[in-house]
This record gives sequence, C-alpha cells and structure tokens, in this order.
Amino acid sequence: MTGTPMVLAENIHKSFGALHVLRGIDLRVEPGQVMVLVGPSGSGKTTFLRCINHLEKINAGRLSVDGELVGYRERGGRLHEMRDSEVCRKRAEIGMVFQHFNLFPHMTALQNIMEAPTRVKKVRKDEVRAAAQRLLAQVGLSDRADHYPSQLSGGQKQRVAIARALAMNPKLMLFDEPTSALDPELVGEVLDVMKQLARDGMTMVVVTHEMGFAREVGDEVVFMDGGLVVESGNPREVLTNPQHERTKAFLSKVL
Amino acid sequence: MTAQDEAAGTTVSRPPDIKAVPVRHPGRWVAVAIIAVIVAMMVHTAVFARVKRGNSLQTRFGWGVVGDYLFARPILQGVLTTLELTAIGMAIGIVGGILLAVMRLSVNPVLSGVSWVYLWFFRGTPLLVQLAFWYSGISYLYPQLSLGVPFGPEVTHFSANNLIVPMVAACIGLGFNEAAYMAEIVRAGILSVEEGQMEAASSLGMNRALTMRRVILPQAMRVIIPPTGNEVISMLKNTSLAYIAAVGELYFAQYIIAARTYQIVPMLLVACIWYLAMTSVLMVGQYYIERHYARGAVRQMPPTPWQKFRGLVRRRPPTPAEIAVDAGADLPTWHGVQGGQH
Repeated sequence: MTGTPMVLAENIHKSFGALHVLRGIDLRVEPGQVMVLVGPSGSGKTTFLRCINHLEKINAGRLSVDGELVGYRERGGRLHEMRDSEVCRKRAEIGMVFQHFNLFPHMTALQNIMEAPTRVKKVRKDEVRAAAQRLLAQVGLSDRADHYPSQLSGGQKQRVAIARALAMNPKLMLFDEPTSALDPELVGEVLDVMKQLARDGMTMVVVTHEMGFAREVGDEVVFMDGGLVVESGNPREVLTNPQHERTKAFLSKVL
Repeated sequence: MTAQDEAAGTTVSRPPDIKAVPVRHPGRWVAVAIIAVIVAMMVHTAVFARVKRGNSLQTRFGWGVVGDYLFARPILQGVLTTLELTAIGMAIGIVGGILLAVMRLSVNPVLSGVSWVYLWFFRGTPLLVQLAFWYSGISYLYPQLSLGVPFGPEVTHFSANNLIVPMVAACIGLGFNEAAYMAEIVRAGILSVEEGQMEAASSLGMNRALTMRRVILPQAMRVIIPPTGNEVISMLKNTSLAYIAAVGELYFAQYIIAARTYQIVPMLLVACIWYLAMTSVLMVGQYYIERHYARGAVRQMPPTPWQKFRGLVRRRPPTPAEIAVDAGADLPTWHGVQGGQH
C-alpha cells in the first residue's frame, strides 16, 4: 500500500522541561487501519496521541496527518507555525475520546453532540439534531438524549463522548484509554461501540490496556516503553509471541 | 412503631428510646440574666427614655422625627438613586471583571500584565479617593476632552465639566473599582473548571473565545455567583461614598436634611433603616441563590431559616424527611450545573 498514510510520524521527540518523554517515535497508520498503542504508564503513549491533534507541540521530527504537517506549514523549505484558526480547523477533522470523558456537564447528551457541528461547522440546527439523534441511536442511547452527564453511568458517558467526536465527521479517531475510568462491567459496552466503528472502516489510534480488544480489532499493535517503540506488528504475533524481553515482562503482568 | 417501619413491613424488635436526665448548665442562666439586663437597658434608652430638647419632650433617639422623614420625598429619591448606582456599578463591574479575568488568564503577556496593573491600582487605592478623582480630578487635568487621531488632528471636543456630571463620575468610579474585585472572583471561577473541558472543546475544533463563552463560563458560574452576591451588598453600601461626587443618593439626601434641620441622629437612623432594609432583601435573595447553586454539589441541603425556626420550636433538629416535606416542590431533581460525582 503506497497511498498517503493517515498518520506518519518520523523521529518524533517531545520534552516537558527536562523530562524527555518521546525519544524518537516512527509510526505509520494507513487509512482504515486500527492501531493499538500499549505499554506501561509513563511510556509516552498518551503524549504521542495528544501530539497527533496538536494538543501538545512536538520538539523535533515530522508528524503529518493525511499528508499535511500537524501545527506547521512548509513554505520555501521553512516551517511556519499555523495560526490558531488553522489549528482549530485541523483539529475539527480529528476526533478524540478521553479517559475521563470530558463531557460538558451543563449540556444534555444531545446538546453535547450538537455543540461543535452547530458552532464550529455552522451546520443548520435541524440537520445537526437529526444527525445527533442518529449517532445516539448508533451508540445505543436514543432514550438518554435529554439526560445530563451526571445522570448517566460511566459507560453511557463515554458512548456519548464517542458520538460527540463522530458528529464532526472525523477522518481519524484518537482514543486515550477510553475504558480505564470505567467499572469493569461497563467496559464491554464501550468496546462494542469501538469495534463497530472499526468494522465500519474508521481509522483509529487507540491507547488502551484492553489486550482482548487489541487482539480482536487491532490491525497493528505497538508496544512503547521509555518514549520509544519497542516492538510492533500483528497483534496476534506480538501479544502471543513477543520478541523483546521488555514486552514479555509487560505482557506477563497484564495478560 | 413508626409509619416507615410498618410500611417496610419489618418487625424488628427495637428497645425503647433512651430517657436520661440531661446535664444541667447553671452558667447559661447567669449569662442569660446578664444579657437580659443589658438588653433591657438598651431597649429603654433607645425606645422609652425621653429628654427635653428646646421646649418639647422627645424620645432620646428622636423616633418621631425618624417617622416624619422615613418616607419623605427626598429620602425616597435618594433610595432610588442608591439602587440605580448599585445596579449600574455592578453591571460595569461584572462586564469589566469578566474582561479583566480573561485578559489576566490570556497567553498574551501584555494583556495579562495590563490586567495585573489595573488590579494593582484599583484595589490599592481607596474608593473614596477614586470617586473624588473621577468627579473633580478629570475636569481639572483635562478641561477639554477631544476625540481624534492620537497625536494627530482632532475631530471634536467636549468640555469635561459637561461630560463628567456627578452621576457619570459615580457610576464610572464605582464600576471601575468593582471590576477589579469581580476580576478576581471570575478568575477563581474560571480556574475552578477542569482542564479536561478546555481540551475536549479544543479537540472538537472550538477556538478559545467560543470555548470560553460556551463551555468554561457557564460552568464557572457556580463558583462565581455566591461571592458576587456579597459584592452586590458591598456595592449597595459603598454607593454612600458617592456623596463626595455630589450625587443625591441616600446618604447625601439625609445629610442635606440633617444640615438644614440639625436632626443629625434621626436622619442617620433614617439612612440606616433604609440601608438595612435593602441589604436584608439582598441577603435573603443571596441565601436562596447560594442554596440553589449548592444543589448537586452537597449531599444534603442546609435548612432554610423557616426550617431552622421550626426545628428550634420542636427542640430537636428536623429529620431529613421533614426537611424534604418543608421544601416541598422546591426540591426537584437537580440537573442544571454538574452533578459533582465525577
């Protein structure tokens, strides 16, 4: 496959002050692919995910989404920082789902989903409402449209958050430990929605500790440690027959 | 057994409630006696004591004069002006405060610096001095105010004396001063909103202004409203300082009458009665607004004054069930601002 990759990371470095979090990440996500990032906490998975939609600025390397650099524009061999409005426009094309849902607590489920399409894309309200109701049906929450986040369970909140991200018709979805804050019995309902999304052909980058999900849905699993990619490949091979000692040690603890 | 037990259909055998002899507190009775004497003396001197003034016998505090002037036209006019100043001053203060708070939190160092300097000046100098400055200082420094290109030709000009009339000076003075205090309140409110909210809005492509208006400020309101109630009460009292700018508010109105009739204490009492009446209304309002915004954030609502009074009469604290009944339809399920569970 030689088309434009959805995400292309070349030698990405990122530091927070003296802390060197990403130390040279090379990754490639093809359109329609589901990439699962696993690894111990502090390994830089979440930071890398946040770099993809420019919530964090990278310090070195090249990072592009759908063939265009993230946060910069290249003109005459020099990089120019993007204006805020351009960054916002780029972010609108990438959906993100957070560990702690981050739903807007003062809006109902339906209003949460409708907010960005009406205010950012300025689509007509009745169109947005119809689309939002379709999305709620898709995540199995049609009867919760008028509930506030505080009246929803954790799993329901996360499904609303997924619907909210999908409402912007993203070409790429980023999931940052979407099930880590959930009660064990609620994990399944969120993973089911994500599996369906993967089957529908959405390009996804997922940071998770759910190895079952990685094996079942992932096209590629990437094991990160200490800001580097230690091992990557087909989930069935990497998860059942890891080559590196570090991967073996990690998997023996989580599986 | 109680109705609840019957309703639940339980037949748990429960021993009778403990009936013990309570501890006696003789010291309390001594304190009550002393306080009773002091209160009686105060009531006597304030209400019943009579003194001879001129050739008439009057109550010491001149309640008759108080009654004569309490609803006099100039006083009512002053009350109205006081309320106007409070409303306009708070309006300027709130809008200015939001602006200053957003500037203070801006990534632009110039904007946040300007906001800091504003706060430094307006919180660091007395309101009375600021009011005097707006009233007389401006027209002294700039007798001619002109509109035009900076350092270039001027388009039009006005006389400062015509523009800075007392009411305008007082509104600007009170409002600009209030903005400094409101800025800190608004800033605290904005900082109280989780960072994740900002990130979620950003990831949806919302820009900073839109995020602030639609996501951050509505949530900050729960933190902003209660101290703003305090500020309204402060503002109401601070309007009395506008007398320095020759505004005919309540204090100035009573002062004019006192200067003419020499009834200084009765006129001060008139002013006090009106200020107390206005702040009492505001305090009751504030109590219920705070109670409203505490919903969802606290597990059990504090009792209303009426519930407290009934509890006192019964000599035992009301049970949660009674509180719920008292509140009646006043306690719907709360689904406004954030449940507070997460």
